[in-house]
Amino acid sequence: MTVRVPGRGPGLSPSAWIGLVMLAVYAASGLAGPLIAPYDLSLPHVELAHQFEGSSPAHWLGTDPSGHDTLSQLLWGARSALELSVIVVAISSAIGLVIGTIAGWFGGAVDEIVMRTVDVLMAFPGILLNIAIVATVAHPGVPLTIAALCANGWVGYARVARGQVLALRDRDYVTAAVALGASHRRVMTRHLIPNLMGPAMVQMSFGLGSVIIIEASLSFLGIGPQLDYTWGAMLDQARNFLWNTEWVRIYALVPGLAITWVVLGANLLGDGLRDRLDPRQRGRGA
Amino acid sequence: MTIGSFLIRRLGSGALAILGASILTFAFLHLVPGDPVDHLAGGDAPPGVRLKIEHCMGLDRSLPAQFVGFLGHVVDGTLGNQCRSGDPAGPTVAARIAEVMPHTLALAVCGMLVAIVLALPLGVIAAIRRGTWIDTAATVVSLSGIAVPQMMFAPLLILWGFITLGWFPGPTEVGPAAIVLPALAVGTHLMAMLARMTRSSMVEVLGEDYVRTARAKGLPEGRVLALHALRNALLPVITVVGLQFGSLLSGAIIIENVFSRPGLGSTLIDAIKERNYPVVQGTVLVIAVIYVAVNLVVDLAYGLADPRIRRT
Repeated sequence: MTVRVPGRGPGLSPSAWIGLVMLAVYAASGLAGPLIAPYDLSLPHVELAHQFEGSSPAHWLGTDPSGHDTLSQLLWGARSALELSVIVVAISSAIGLVIGTIAGWFGGAVDEIVMRTVDVLMAFPGILLNIAIVATVAHPGVPLTIAALCANGWVGYARVARGQVLALRDRDYVTAAVALGASHRRVMTRHLIPNLMGPAMVQMSFGLGSVIIIEASLSFLGIGPQLDYTWGAMLDQARNFLWNTEWVRIYALVPGLAITWVVLGANLLGDGLRDRLDPRQRGRGA
Repeated sequence: MTIGSFLIRRLGSGALAILGASILTFAFLHLVPGDPVDHLAGGDAPPGVRLKIEHCMGLDRSLPAQFVGFLGHVVDGTLGNQCRSGDPAGPTVAARIAEVMPHTLALAVCGMLVAIVLALPLGVIAAIRRGTWIDTAATVVSLSGIAVPQMMFAPLLILWGFITLGWFPGPTEVGPAAIVLPALAVGTHLMAMLARMTRSSMVEVLGEDYVRTARAKGLPEGRVLALHALRNALLPVITVVGLQFGSLLSGAIIIENVFSRPGLGSTLIDAIKERNYPVVQGTVLVIAVIYVAVNLVVDLAYGLADPRIRRT
């Protein structure tokens, strides 16, 4: 992952570096996860003799209600989360940036249609729309979950891109390109999109955090993607055994803190990137 | 732009968004495979019952006629029939929504109160002590409030307040005290965003000329902060409060789920799962109306509070 932001400016702030490192740890454990996990979870077996175990040398983070190793589940969950979050952020940002750029550049009726569509999608607050899409089938697969997350995920990127294009379209270099006979497509791909990548990356960083939360919420509600292990499903498992107070303290915290880690990293990096792009905004909150 | 034409424009685009959301929902329901009658009546129901439910939902009519029928039920205020048994005089969708609305409202109001009570002092202190360890601590607290998932926090609240200490009622219980844990769960999450907003707004205002003037003329610092700074800093905070309140009214789904509370969000999910077309349409409509109305009220309030923005 590169952190080069277009334009010259001060380097990243310490908190942004911390966020970047946190995300790097997440990416590394997602990539290596199932390979370095102490137990192979792909073997279907239930070891009731080892269920609800606490921390021990054999199981550092204990075991789950089926006797599976918690640390291994955490690492497998990291793989699921990484796959989904990267794909969803890539697809929604691509769709959003293209739509937003087109809306901002052409304006008029095109812009009106796009913005009204955005209004409609935003009339479903929070994760309602995502839930509505995945709840339509009994066992949503990974592709449907990705589609559900992208269905309104592109909106944020489109708004950022549109706003940037409105600010960029009257710049001299854009006027010059148009005067030289550049096609719409060329103006957009060569002059507009490269110059809005900075704000787009800020949005991608925040977007990564919200994708993790939404995906975990879906799994928690039992309508998540049918993957072997997800952090959200672990949390769902944990709350069914709240009476087992000693055990659940570890088992609920492990996936919960993993989600916190990623979201915190994404927010720290997003804040830092935004501060760097616009030093006047420095020190302002979300 | 005068306030009248602003209102008309906003009401118009709001109505468009609501209509769009309704059409989208309608199209979506009919695109998705699965027969609603199967879900409501069960696969082996006698043909007579199936026919009655089909007729009640209007499924025997053309798609445009069905949508017009839905609009008719919006006008007459019933939002249609729940069609559980196919009885045309059965309970209406409006009745089902009215039943869960008090729970949703109570959680939204209490959660918001918790958030405001926690966030304002946190944000103000962080702004006044900007750059000190207090500021850093406040930032860490509010950032973790955003990052800690409710799916972990809410069950741990139950573990702490209900199972371990036994101070508060747990899930499915009723009564006034049952709102405490859900409201805490909702409130701490919202608090994070509010506190960050309060801090940044306060930092900005503290650098304004009128604050310097107030200090220069020798006003006590407390008076400067409360009357000159905080009052102006609250404007953007109120906007966020309004928008968060709007989304709380429709979507505290995780909290409703963990605490087994009825609510608008869970009603919608249940209705989608049982393919109850009229209930889905009605609930989506109510949610969209709430969203549009809250946005409009927030914008109006903002304009009233700060005359400088009224022209937009």
